[in-house]
Amino acid sequence: MYPSRFRYEAPRTLDEALALLAEHGDEAKILAGGQSLVPMMKLRFAAPGVLVDINNVAGLGFHEETPGGGLRVGALCRHVDLEHSTVLPGAQPTMAAAAPLVADPIVRTRGTLVGSLCHADPQGDWASVMLALGGSVVAASRRGRRTIPVGEFVVGTFQNALEHDEIAVEAVVPAAQGVRSGSYLKLERRVGDFATAGVAVALESVSGEIVRAGIALTGVGPATIAATEAAQALVGSTLDPDVVDRAAELAAAVARPRTDHRGTADYKRHVVATFVRRILTAERAPAGAAA
Amino acid sequence: MTATAEPAAGSRALDEVKIGGLGSSRPRVEDARFIRGRGNYVEDVTLPGMLHMEILRSPLAHARIKSIDTSAAWAIPGVKLVLTGEMAAQRNLAWMPTLSYDTQAVLATDKVRFQGQEVACVVAEDPYIAKDACDAIVVEYEALPPIVNPEQAVAPGAPLIRDDKSGQADNIAYQWEVGDKDGTDAAFAKADVVSKLRLHYPRSHPSPIENCGAVADFNNATGKLTVYMTSQAPHIVRAAVALIAELPEHLIRIISPDVGGGFGNKVPVYPGYVCAILCSILTAKPVKWIEDNTGNLSSTGFGRDMYLDSEMALTNDGKILAVRYHATTDQGAFFADAQPTKFKIGLVHSSFACYDVPVGHITAQGMYTNKAPGGVAYRCSFRVTEAMFFQERMIQAAADDLGMDQAEFRRRNLVRDDQFPYRTPFGFLTDSGQYLKCLQIGLDAIGYDDFLVEQAEARKQGRLLGIGISTMTEPLGAGNSREYDILGIKMFDSAELRVHPTGKAVLKIGAQTQGQGHETTFAQIVTHELGIPATDIVVEHGDTDHTPFGMGTYASRSTPVAGAATAMVARKIRAKARKLAAHLLEVSEEDVEWELGRFFVRGAESRGVTIQECAMAAYSNMPDGMEPGLENNAYYDPPNLTWPFACYIATVEVDPETGVWDVLRFVGVDDCGVRINPMIVEGQIMGGLTEAYAMSNMQFQTYDADGNLVGANYMDYLLPTAWETPGFELHEVVTPSPHHPIGAKGVGECAAVGGPAAYVNAVMNALRPTGVRNIDMPLLPDRVWHAAHTGQDVSGAPPFRTE
Repeated sequence: MYPSRFRYEAPRTLDEALALLAEHGDEAKILAGGQSLVPMMKLRFAAPGVLVDINNVAGLGFHEETPGGGLRVGALCRHVDLEHSTVLPGAQPTMAAAAPLVADPIVRTRGTLVGSLCHADPQGDWASVMLALGGSVVAASRRGRRTIPVGEFVVGTFQNALEHDEIAVEAVVPAAQGVRSGSYLKLERRVGDFATAGVAVALESVSGEIVRAGIALTGVGPATIAATEAAQALVGSTLDPDVVDRAAELAAAVARPRTDHRGTADYKRHVVATFVRRILTAERAPAGAAA
Repeated sequence: MTATAEPAAGSRALDEVKIGGLGSSRPRVEDARFIRGRGNYVEDVTLPGMLHMEILRSPLAHARIKSIDTSAAWAIPGVKLVLTGEMAAQRNLAWMPTLSYDTQAVLATDKVRFQGQEVACVVAEDPYIAKDACDAIVVEYEALPPIVNPEQAVAPGAPLIRDDKSGQADNIAYQWEVGDKDGTDAAFAKADVVSKLRLHYPRSHPSPIENCGAVADFNNATGKLTVYMTSQAPHIVRAAVALIAELPEHLIRIISPDVGGGFGNKVPVYPGYVCAILCSILTAKPVKWIEDNTGNLSSTGFGRDMYLDSEMALTNDGKILAVRYHATTDQGAFFADAQPTKFKIGLVHSSFACYDVPVGHITAQGMYTNKAPGGVAYRCSFRVTEAMFFQERMIQAAADDLGMDQAEFRRRNLVRDDQFPYRTPFGFLTDSGQYLKCLQIGLDAIGYDDFLVEQAEARKQGRLLGIGISTMTEPLGAGNSREYDILGIKMFDSAELRVHPTGKAVLKIGAQTQGQGHETTFAQIVTHELGIPATDIVVEHGDTDHTPFGMGTYASRSTPVAGAATAMVARKIRAKARKLAAHLLEVSEEDVEWELGRFFVRGAESRGVTIQECAMAAYSNMPDGMEPGLENNAYYDPPNLTWPFACYIATVEVDPETGVWDVLRFVGVDDCGVRINPMIVEGQIMGGLTEAYAMSNMQFQTYDADGNLVGANYMDYLLPTAWETPGFELHEVVTPSPHHPIGAKGVGECAAVGGPAAYVNAVMNALRPTGVRNIDMPLLPDRVWHAAHTGQDVSGAPPFRTE
C-alpha cells in the first residue's frame, strides 16, 4: 500500500489551482475528498505525477437552492453535508433519499458529490441521481467556464468529459417544472459496498400528473445508464399500475448488467425492475390523493 | 463449583468477585493501552538502521517461470537487496516444510502455483523504494492451465501441480478415513429413510485487522537472531526456525508484541517471515516486512473450502441409525493445514458428537489446486467448523425429510445428561453437558411455538419467515499429548508465577493473546486460587526469552490448557504459602486452613495470616531449611479435550422479490463450563456470531476459471459492520468440565463454529415451500432469489462465473 512518488500542491485559490492544471496537463489530478483516488494511488492503479489538493480553496463547500426548485452543489460539498442538509428534504426528494445511502459514514465525511461525478464509476450513486434530475456540471479553466449536462459529462467507465486543464467546480440541478417527488433505492451486500444495483427516480408533477420524469440506473452497465424510454412512459400519467409495470420493464430492458460476485445479470435486471416498481408505487399514493 | 460457592458464615474470606476472581466482569486491562493508541504492534517496532522489505507476487495462478530479470530493481537508488528463489535455494531456503508434512515454496524457483505466490523480494531504505523496485523486476512466465476445484484436479489430463515432489503422480494431497464402514453399511440397510445432502463450505479468510509482519534482526556480532512478529505461537516459531534454518535455538528470540487479531491466520510460518529473516542475515541489518491487505488475503492461511456428500440413515420415528459422508478438501497449491492432530483432515470426525449416533463412517480426500495454500483453523479447532456445519445442515435436512419438527428431531437424538462420559461413533469421549436443557432454554427464549404460528400466518400473505436451529458440541483445548503435537512437540502448556515480597505477582504464560484478554482473565485465575486481587497481578507473554515454553493460542486452547497450568502453578504457590503460614502462626501445617486470601488456624479462625504476609515471609522470615522465594512453574498436559455446548436459534425474513434476508432475532445459549470473566465470554460469543453471520450472508473467497482470486481486498471480501450485524440475545448454562482444574471449557470459537448453520437453516426453513434443499454460503441475495424462483439448489463452488 505504498503509492508511487508524486508531487503535492495545495493551492489557496481557484486561479492557482487552474494555473497548476494548465502547467501540468494530464500529469495532474485534483484531490477533493480523495475517497476513490487515494485508495487507487495506494494500490498503484493510479499514479498521478502531481496531486492538486483543492481543499484549501475557499468558497467551494456550499450547496444552495436556486429559484424554482434548483440546486447548486460546490466541489467541496461533502456527502455528509447533503445527508444532514436542511435544504434537501422536501425540495429534493431523490437527493435526500440517496444521501444517506452513499458509501458509509466514514467515506461520507470526506467524499464529495462533484468528485463522485468526476470519478464516473458506474457504481457511483450521485451520477444516477443527477442524471435522473437532468443535472449538469460546471467546468472551469483559465479559458473560461462551461456547463456540461451529466449525460454528456459521464462518457464511460471512469471517464468524464473534462479537459486536462478543467476543474469541475459545481454541480447544478435545474429548476423544476412541477412538484418534485422521487427516490433512490440501492441494493448492496453491506453498508459501504458498491451497489449491486441502484435506481434513481426523479419526478415532477402538476396536479398529480407527471410532467417530467427521469430514471437512471447504478451499477448495471459500463457507465451510469439513463432509462429514457422508461421515464418517458411516465409523462402524462398518474402512475397507474400498468404504467408502473411498463416503466419497470423498460428500465430493466436498458440495463446492461454483468454477472459478477454481486449477482447474475438476470438478477440485477430483475432488481432494477423491482426497484422502479417500488419507488413508483410508493409515489403513487400521495400523488393520487392530491388529484 | 468453587466459583459460585458462598463463603461460610463468620468467614473472613475475601469477596472473590470484588477482587477480580472467577465470575468477575472486570474491565479488560489491555484496553487502557489499546483505546489510547498506546499498543505496541510489529508495525510500531523501529530499530536503528532498519531496512524495509516488500514482496513481489505472481499475477498468474499457474505458470512456469522462464526468467527473472532483477537488474532494473538493483539499479534503483536505495535498494539493498533483491532476493529471488534461486538465491534462497543457495541457503536451502527456497522451500520450507509445512505443519502438514508437505513442503511449500518460500520464493518460487520453478513454477508459480497460485495467484499471489511469493516470487521475489526487495530490501530497501524505505518501503516506497522497495515497492518501486518490486515493480521493476521483470518475470517471464509461461502460462499453464489452472485448476480451481477438486473436480478439475482429478479430471483426465489435468496438469500436475506438484511436479516438484518425487513420487507425486496426481493432484491428491491425502486420503483418510475413520469409523466403521461395515457397521454403517449394515445400519443403512435397515433404514426407513435415507436423507442425503451435498454442499460446499466456501473458502473464507480469517482476515485479522493487523496483517502479518515481522522485524527480523540478526546481529552478526553476537550471532543472535531476534524476530518481532505477529505470531499466535512464538515458542513454536522458535523451535521451527531452529529446525528449518538450522540456527541454534538459544540464539533465537521470538517476540510477539501486541497482536491485532489472529483467528488462526497467525499460527503458520509464512514465506514473508522466512524472507525477512534471510534478508536480515544477508544484509546484517534489521529488516521490517509489513504485509498489505491483498498480500494477507491472497497468500496466507485461508479456512474451509470443503465439499460434503452425505447420507443419514433414519427410522420413521426419528432416530438416527448411522451417518456417513465423504469430505473433499481443496488445499490449494501446498498442503499447509496448520493443525497439530494426527488426523489428515483435523477433527472433522467430531461431527455428530452431541448426538446419540450408534455408528458412522467418514472418508476424506484432499486435493491440490492452483489456489492459495493453507487450511488454517479459522476460529475453530481444525475443521470443526465444517464438521458442525455439515452436521447441522444434515440434521435439518433429515428432519425435513421425515416431516418432523426440527426441534423435536434434535430432542430425540441429542445425548442425554446421564450418558456422560459419552463415546462418539468416531472415538471421541465427550466430557459433560446438559444439551436438552440448553435447547429448551433457547426454544423458550425465541418463543418457538408462537413463531411457528406467526410463520404460518405470514406465508398466507406471501411473506417468507424462517427459523433455524444449530446445536453442537466441539472439542476444544488441544492436546492431550497422546494425540496432538506440532513437529513432534506435545500439546501441553505452561505457566510461571512469581509472587513478590509485597504480595504482588507476575504470571508468565506460554499462550499468546491476540485480543482474547489473557492479561485480564489469567490474572483472575490466580486471584481465584490465591486471593491476590487481580489488579495486583500482571500477565506477561509473547517473548520466548522471558516466558515458559508454550504451544500458543488457537483452537480455544488457552483456558483449557494454559489456564489449567495457571491454576496448577497457583496451587503450588499456595502449598508453599501454607508452610509459611504454619511457620508464621506457629502451628503445624495440618492445622492450617485456607479461605480466599488467608490461612487461619483450624478452630481459631481469627488467628490467620494473609497471602501477602506469607509472600513477605518467603523473602524475610522463612523457616529454617526452606528455600527462599515464592515462585514456581507448571506444565499442564490435559487428560481430555473440553466439550462446550451451544444452541443457536435465528429467525429471518426473506424478501421474495430481491432475495435479501434480514435476521429478526438471534438467541444463543452457551454452556462453556465455569465462566472466568462473563463479559469477555459474551464478547467472544458476540464476535463469533458476527463472523458466523458474515460467512452465512456475505463473505467468501472464490476463484474464477483463470485462477484469479475474488476477495483479495476488503472491497470484495466483506466484513460486516455494526449496521448489518444483528443483535444477539445470550443465555448461559454452566456444566463444569469434570477434568479441568477450575471447571472451565473453551469458548472462543463456539459461536463462529455453530453460528453459520443457524442462519442458513433459518433461510432454508423460510424457503421450504419452494422445495429448495440447499444454497451454498454465503446466501447472497441473488443466490436466494434464483433458488426461490427456480426451486433449484444453488452451488457456490468455484470456478466463479463472470462475464
